[in-house]
Amino acid sequence: MISLAGRDILHGWGKFTLTGLGLGLLIGVTLTMGGVYRGMVDDARVLLDNSGADLWVVQQETLGPYAESSSIYDDAWRSVAGMPGVEAAANVTYLTTQVRRGTEDVRAMVVGVDPGMPGSPGQPGYLTAGRHIARSHYEAVADAATGFRTGDEIRIRRNTYTVVGLTRRMVSSGGDPMIFIPLKDAQEAQFLKDNDSILQQRRRTASNPSLNRPGVPGLLESVIASQSANLNVNAVLVRLLPGADPEETAAHIRRWLRLEVYTREQMEEILLGKLIATSSRQIGMFLVILAVVSAAIVAFIIYTLTLGKIREIAVLKLIGTKNRTIVAMILQQAVGLGVLGFMIGKISATFWAPFFPKFVLLEARDAVTGFAAVIVMCVLASFLAIRAALRVDPAEAIGG
Amino acid sequence: MRRVWRTVLLLGALLGLAALFLFVMMRSGPLAPVPVTAAAVEKRSVAPALYGIGVVESGAVFRVGPTSPGRVREVFVEVGDRVEAGQKVAVMDPVDLDQRRAAQEASIARLEASVRAASARTSETGARKEYAQAQSKRYDNLLKSGAVSVDAAEAKRQERLVTAAAWTSANADLQASRAELERAKADLAALASQKENLDLLAPAAGLVSARASEPGTTAVAGQAVVEIIDTGSIRVSVRFDQATASGLRAGLPADIVLRSGNGRVSGGAILRVEPVADPVTEELIAKAVFSEMPDPLPPLGELAEVTVKLPPLPETPVVPDGALQRYAGRRGVWIIINGAIVFRPVTTGRRDLAGTVQILEGLEGGERVVVYSARALTPKNRVKVLETLEGMKP
Repeated sequence: MISLAGRDILHGWGKFTLTGLGLGLLIGVTLTMGGVYRGMVDDARVLLDNSGADLWVVQQETLGPYAESSSIYDDAWRSVAGMPGVEAAANVTYLTTQVRRGTEDVRAMVVGVDPGMPGSPGQPGYLTAGRHIARSHYEAVADAATGFRTGDEIRIRRNTYTVVGLTRRMVSSGGDPMIFIPLKDAQEAQFLKDNDSILQQRRRTASNPSLNRPGVPGLLESVIASQSANLNVNAVLVRLLPGADPEETAAHIRRWLRLEVYTREQMEEILLGKLIATSSRQIGMFLVILAVVSAAIVAFIIYTLTLGKIREIAVLKLIGTKNRTIVAMILQQAVGLGVLGFMIGKISATFWAPFFPKFVLLEARDAVTGFAAVIVMCVLASFLAIRAALRVDPAEAIGG
Repeated sequence: MRRVWRTVLLLGALLGLAALFLFVMMRSGPLAPVPVTAAAVEKRSVAPALYGIGVVESGAVFRVGPTSPGRVREVFVEVGDRVEAGQKVAVMDPVDLDQRRAAQEASIARLEASVRAASARTSETGARKEYAQAQSKRYDNLLKSGAVSVDAAEAKRQERLVTAAAWTSANADLQASRAELERAKADLAALASQKENLDLLAPAAGLVSARASEPGTTAVAGQAVVEIIDTGSIRVSVRFDQATASGLRAGLPADIVLRSGNGRVSGGAILRVEPVADPVTEELIAKAVFSEMPDPLPPLGELAEVTVKLPPLPETPVVPDGALQRYAGRRGVWIIINGAIVFRPVTTGRRDLAGTVQILEGLEGGERVVVYSARALTPKNRVKVLETLEGMKP
């Protein structure tokens, strides 16, 4: 049997291809928007995965190290490590800052980690080049998105760090790439003031008569020393023993150490439900509108495409073609256009996604949903067109 | 004919599109293989090294200052001067010390005169006593012969006793005056050494590192006026993270890099590991000495990086530390067997500064392991082994 739809497409292939291409790019944009939304959520999730922690111990009455600033003493981890169910506990600091790279600067999240054996909580889980931090000072592992290469020098505050390793997909909830440096350097970077303010503070202290008393040698020195000491970290990451109940351990820590503790679920709730809630809803809203508009445009394109062939359909009717054949032709063409558009959309989305500055996650599940939606839209739109086609008077074929 | 060609061309384009679509579906997203690099597990020895930072300090810092409160009169040295042992570096204001000495000298002169007077009195009473004794003896003899009366003899005897007592008293006076003179002389000597004590002397040869008090300043007891450092014992006080400092001991060779030295490495050795660690910073403290003292001398307080080389360990299987990943709560490596990956938990030993880790259990050597991967692996992942992952799109 001869395929009427195929013959018709071959007849007007230029028009069909261009329509398919336009439709495809539109679907591509919609898929990308979905990817942007998923990427945003994934950035938040990956931050939790990469920290390798089951529990986050933070300052009392604060919302963890990511959503709010938190500051606890750096020896708190020892008490945490002694709690039942805890396998390992490690200090961590987070500081989002501009890091100089050559003549320009990169926005990055500087993470201070305990430079122990790889696999401790807080350390990057995998590398793409180089090695982990082996010295307890002046080494860094950077996310490749920062643009650094191994051997590069990074200047953060007053110290210069050598990039010894690279990793990927280690980002903050805002999508800023991470730079891992040893904890003690990070504490300095976060809490130590710049030289000018240290000097000014010393001068102020020295001119305070109650702190610079004649007759008490050493008092001024000890006051200054205590002013420039920093013994704080932002959080303690806790990994639990296999089979330990996170809630139970968290309750112990809350009760006996009087620190706030978040489990993985609570942390996810904080990140997704509070930290990126409005921006992700913003993108989500835009995605919904874009999807609705795309669906409408697909429907109109199919409808107008059919209406453009109204004279040919009348001729078909005139020569006695069955209604079923005409319906099949329109349906096949609509679905064909949908499939072609979806393929072009998926391909284009995949090719331009990596050029986005932030992560775009194209999930297979979204692709399947998108495909189903496109086909459903095409079928629905073709119903409108079919209705118009079936009401065509065969006399129009010969009429003016 | 043209129509057929067109159909073939269109079908071809369609097939190409479908092929590209399939490729895209397979090469991106969860179905795509994870790019990795691989390496064979070597068997070799690891020479771990310890890394710490410290500050340049001197083994001895002499804070020279007064032992009692006073005003600084003069400081004779400038920062950077070299001083000899015993050199006068500063002097404190003596206030009334000189006047007190003059007063003391005058009172000594007075006491000397009073000693002379006492001595003369002794001679006088001694002469009286001897005369009275002789008279008493003669009158006793005359009484026996009945030439004098009993009364006269009694009077002479009493006179003898009185003069003897006067002599004893004069003698005692003389002793008292002499003792008083001694005391006054000792007081004078004390004032002299107090005066000497106001001269601040360098206790040892060294370099003046600070003029802590300028002339006119009132310094309390124990406050430094001049600080002198012993340049012979310049060394680096290094701090090592306690968690990674096993094997640190005296005598190990150490490379010292001064922060101002532009990366230049000076040789040295660990002098000693301090018996007391820092419990707050969780660090061990060790002293590293230069094998050859840098010239010019590094300023005290400058930061220095110290790398201590430990002796090589016995041969074991080793992997780069990038190969260690965590999966299902355990630390291990991903082994590539026939293109598929299998997780193998391992027990790690020590690591050197180049990131090579000893594997104590879990690997025999010769296995191919994943070193770098574009993301965290799971056993379901397919992998694609590449030469390098550097330069891949982030």
